[in-house]
Amino acid sequence: MQYDLTVDNLSKKFGPFTAVDQVSFDIPSGSFFSILGPSGCGKTTLMRMIAGFEQPTSGDISIKGKSVIALPPNKRNVKMVFQHLALFPMMNVEQNIAYGLECRGEEKTVITRKVGEILERIGLPGSGKKLVNQLSGGQKQRIAIARCMVLEPDVLLLDEPLGALDLKLREHMKIELKTLQHQFDTTFVYITHDQSEALVMSDNVAVMKDGVFEQVGSPQELYHNPGTSFVASFVGDNNRWSGKVQQMTADSMTVITDSGLNIFTKGAPGEQFCSGQSVDIFVRPEAISICLPQQHSSAPLGSQQAENELQVTVESVLFNGANSRILTRTASGERIEVDLPQRSEMSQLKAGSPIIIRWAQSQSLCFAKR
Amino acid sequence: MNQDSKRLAIILLFAPFFLWIVCLIVLPHLGIFVLSLKEKIGIGQYQYGVGNYAEFFLEPIYWNTLLRTAVMSIFVTIVTLIIGFPIAFYIAKLAKKRVKAGLFLLCLIPLWVSDLVRSFGWIVLLRETGIISSFLQNIGIIDAPVEFLYNDVAVVVGLVYTVMLFMIVPLVTTLEGMDDSLVEAGFNLGGSRLTVLRRIIIPYAMPGIVTGCIVVFMLTAGSYLTPILLGGKNSQWFTEQIYDKFITHFNWEAGAAFGVLLLVFTSLTVWLGLRLTGQTLSSTVAKG
Repeated sequence: MQYDLTVDNLSKKFGPFTAVDQVSFDIPSGSFFSILGPSGCGKTTLMRMIAGFEQPTSGDISIKGKSVIALPPNKRNVKMVFQHLALFPMMNVEQNIAYGLECRGEEKTVITRKVGEILERIGLPGSGKKLVNQLSGGQKQRIAIARCMVLEPDVLLLDEPLGALDLKLREHMKIELKTLQHQFDTTFVYITHDQSEALVMSDNVAVMKDGVFEQVGSPQELYHNPGTSFVASFVGDNNRWSGKVQQMTADSMTVITDSGLNIFTKGAPGEQFCSGQSVDIFVRPEAISICLPQQHSSAPLGSQQAENELQVTVESVLFNGANSRILTRTASGERIEVDLPQRSEMSQLKAGSPIIIRWAQSQSLCFAKR
Repeated sequence: MNQDSKRLAIILLFAPFFLWIVCLIVLPHLGIFVLSLKEKIGIGQYQYGVGNYAEFFLEPIYWNTLLRTAVMSIFVTIVTLIIGFPIAFYIAKLAKKRVKAGLFLLCLIPLWVSDLVRSFGWIVLLRETGIISSFLQNIGIIDAPVEFLYNDVAVVVGLVYTVMLFMIVPLVTTLEGMDDSLVEAGFNLGGSRLTVLRRIIIPYAMPGIVTGCIVVFMLTAGSYLTPILLGGKNSQWFTEQIYDKFITHFNWEAGAAFGVLLLVFTSLTVWLGLRLTGQTLSSTVAKG
């Protein structure tokens, strides 16, 4: 398999602080790879090392199989879309795009043709003479990408470029970025702290924390089979309790939470558990179903053993269209967030309503505490 | 009522500024201009005419001096820019916060001493029996005292030293506003150090460069003490001619005409400079 970018045991230390700690990964050609992590996790340092702005303490970076570690930034065929785009304010759109081609010493006629082509391709033909500050946020974004793509880089790095946009535009640009990546068929490495950006656009996502990759996988894998409790809490929403293992069978266990709830759960794959061990339990709000009290008797329960069932009180309703939630509280005082489907019978729910919530044992996941 | 009091507040706020501009700048200049148009035809008898200006153009020594002053001032401006730009870049972009304040202070310190004292400082260094001359004798490079004063080099050195701060401050201000990622983007897209400097940093700093150059040029062309003290009789600075007219010849009318000419000529030079670099006053000085 051809890898556009290979990072091998890369580390970066700033004095006693380790920003990036022995990170290794490969990115196959033409894929969209995201590095997802909270601020300060070292993702920007990692990207700056790939671009050549930081010298790694140890390790190697290869692009298309060739080590670039000794090359200065202007000799690497890795282009970067900066967080605030860094379009040159004293040049117009055309000059911005032509800059890289001129640095490469291409002929004038070739430059004019290529600039025209790329403007066409990003859907902004004829805006070459515009000044940068005459463009809208989304247009600037596209120019910043075009400025890099016109140079046909092996890898395009994107450093949280959607951060400065408003929500509506951000949603739109997510789809557009993915489309552009498909069109250009170039490897994109996308850095973000926003999990929805990473999940929507990426073929593969690496979740990074404290300079280390916690898990690398497709968005579906990260969502359905998080490998660590950090990934479980960072990717998607989760209810989280801490508790102790009470009872174990081959494929399920019972955990008693600190406040005394009994929860049937499955253990994270590859982890060993023993009775009395401290664990974290995760349940996604969307995995929990709501039973109104009057339906309860008639609702099928399936295997009693496999189901978790709790009597709770609605604390508040967080209405947000299709993404509505309710906050509920158990008798023992635990708070549980539950997805609220927008069906007519649910509309009667309000603060104080008693309801029953249920989820399958297989929908809760438990990690050993570290 | 409210409108009126607002208007009153604005008037009061601007009154000192307005008085300053009118009384200390506009009126004296008008006075000088009117004076420059007077010709003496007898004792206590004057008539209006352009004779004082004609005198300037008919006597080559006068306009040669003015040209020389302009050329020297442009040279001083260029030297100041070349020395000041790297310093400003270092202060604005590379120095750490603490160091930055210290460096700025170092640039400022010379201004705490009067012009006169600073020029005498240079005299102490450069004169025949001065520190540099005796030092070079002591280490055996020269065997007789050398006079470093009273030549063009001394004048340029002294002027560059005096006006350096006025170049550095606007440059630092503009460069500080530049996002570091612009420079990184310049490298990332394949630019060499020279390309990034030429196509990104300098165009970005252009407003600061122009502001600094205008201020430095005006200060230099209008300076009197430094050229006189360091250049002596050889300095041939135009301000010296004006001084001579006023004080030595007691010909206020001619002196006034020369003053107006200096103002017009330097303004024209600045205008030409702006035109040649494709900048306007509003895009540079007024941008702040």
